[in-house]
Amino acid sequence: MKAILPLAMSEVRIALRNRWVAIIIATMVLFSLALAAAGNAPTGVAGIDRLSVTVASLTGLAVYLVPLVALLMGFDAIAGEVERGTLGLMLSYPVSRATLLLAKLMAHLGILALALALGFGSAAIVGFATDASALAGLSALLRLFWSALLLGACFLGLGYGISAIAGRPGPAAGLAIGVWLVLIVLYDLVLLAAVVADDGGRFTSDLFSWFLLANPADAFRLFNFGASGAAALASGVGGAAGVIPPLWALISIALWPFAAFLLALAAFRKVVP
Amino acid sequence: MPTVSLSGVSKSFAGQEALHEVALTIEAGQRVALLGHNGAGKSTLMKIILGLLPPDSGDIRVLDAPAGSAAARAGVAYLPENVAFHPALSALEQIRLYLRLRGQSPDQAAPLLARVGLSDAAGRRIGTYSKGMRQRVGLAQALIGRPRLLVLDEPTSGLDPVSRHDFYTILDRLALEGAAILLSSHALSEVAARTDRIVILSRGRVMADDTLAGLRRRAALPTRIQIAARPDTADRVAGRLAAGRRNGVMVELDCAGEDKIDRLADITAMAALIDDLEVIPPSLDDIYNHFSRRAHP
Ligand SMILES: Nc1ncnc2c1ncn2[C@@H]1O[C@H](COP(=O)(O)OP(=O)(O)OP(=O)(O)O)[C@@H](O)[C@H]1O
Ligand SMILES: [Mg+2]
Repeated sequence: MKAILPLAMSEVRIALRNRWVAIIIATMVLFSLALAAAGNAPTGVAGIDRLSVTVASLTGLAVYLVPLVALLMGFDAIAGEVERGTLGLMLSYPVSRATLLLAKLMAHLGILALALALGFGSAAIVGFATDASALAGLSALLRLFWSALLLGACFLGLGYGISAIAGRPGPAAGLAIGVWLVLIVLYDLVLLAAVVADDGGRFTSDLFSWFLLANPADAFRLFNFGASGAAALASGVGGAAGVIPPLWALISIALWPFAAFLLALAAFRKVVP
Repeated sequence: MPTVSLSGVSKSFAGQEALHEVALTIEAGQRVALLGHNGAGKSTLMKIILGLLPPDSGDIRVLDAPAGSAAARAGVAYLPENVAFHPALSALEQIRLYLRLRGQSPDQAAPLLARVGLSDAAGRRIGTYSKGMRQRVGLAQALIGRPRLLVLDEPTSGLDPVSRHDFYTILDRLALEGAAILLSSHALSEVAARTDRIVILSRGRVMADDTLAGLRRRAALPTRIQIAARPDTADRVAGRLAAGRRNGVMVELDCAGEDKIDRLADITAMAALIDDLEVIPPSLDDIYNHFSRRAHP
């Protein structure tokens, strides 16, 4: 376990050199600023400060961007080391696979936290500068920050799992994009199509909520919209935030990172270097 | 207690046998060379000793512990074949990390890299290194923390002759200090003088496990005698010796080691007909080919 810190620091150094850190931070800050600027336009929703409006649109952004960034950081983690031949070497050291994976998670999560803090922070600054009542939205922004980190941890774990199962960086990259498309884009479309086809039947009343909670991205959306009472600002699947208790959504996004990590570790244990 | 002992180790990949009933022991301070053609199973055997690959059957003990256990890994160093360290890191950064993983002070990185002749480039990114320089980074990490067993997969590939020599000098020191060394190579001529024992693998089977002298004896390869006759006498010389002829004046014959003296006596009896003569003992490559080909039908 003493090995975690040096391993994580080495990962951070590699990410810095590969410009990963710069790219992710730039993306987060630019998108956050754009949304903050858009949030300054009149919303027509009475009684909501501008930062809260921005938080609602940041939530919509984070649902797409955080899983994507996490998968992109994660897919190479194991497959890349297999390809370079460094995994066999690393495993000949007195370092366990769990330690190795935890170190990568620590490094990647740290980078994500920095990017989110800078991005959301700049949105907050814009909010405070233009709206005296923005303080009201601060707690929603903080909630968005740590729940986005949980979402990121979940998809980092999924990325490592993909990396371990695919074995090579090329197939792993393809699989990562596939998982992103399925979980983030297709999943909701299929659910909505099912609701429309069901026309208010058993699926809509009983199963729909569970399917939403089962998907970490949907749970993340439900939690943030539900907890902030900003469901009015949400559209599509987020509109369901009104009916599902935020606590359930929180349980889902809190459990997913552990499940994903254990899944990744199980897949990693099967990798022969 | 031997540093490494394995017996009955077999391993197949998708029905294809890579190792068959391999037995091997390596004592402390011994330098053992593992030879074999491409695909003979050298790397597979090494990975099994390191615990990276589970064997299908067989027993393995490394440093009196199961292969790949924490106790074994603490005392074993490994140099994989074709390892590519992350190109974005410098050799210093990479070695500092490996030092920390072994619980050693990262301050040793610079002296370690100096030992393998990488002082000048140590701060540069590994991505800018030549092949041999990258191989030296791998060697440097294998020297960390007085390992009791070194498993080196083609350690000299990519090294120039001078660096090879330096490398074997480092190994000699380690062996004198009691480390067991298992290294793989493709050329018996390279390792013959620098190792204590030679193990030849062919298609996953141990064909030989002996000292160089032992291999020579067991191979019992013929000694070749080349005789330069005079242009007009070559036929007579060849006839009397019952030997073959080559390019006009050369007469060639092969004889078993124990017949050598008798044959030479026959030849010197015809001294008047002969210009010169050369005795060529079996080369190391001949001995290697003898053992590594035997398995092939
Ligand atoms: N992961 C694997 N999957 C399938 N087959 C494998 C695997 N690893 C090795 N093999 C097979 O096992 C046999 C032995 O391979 P190994 O790498 O041990 O040979 P080697 O002696 O190290 O050869 P070289 O001199 O080329 O390095 C080969 O036939 C190889 O194809
Ligand atoms: Mg090999």
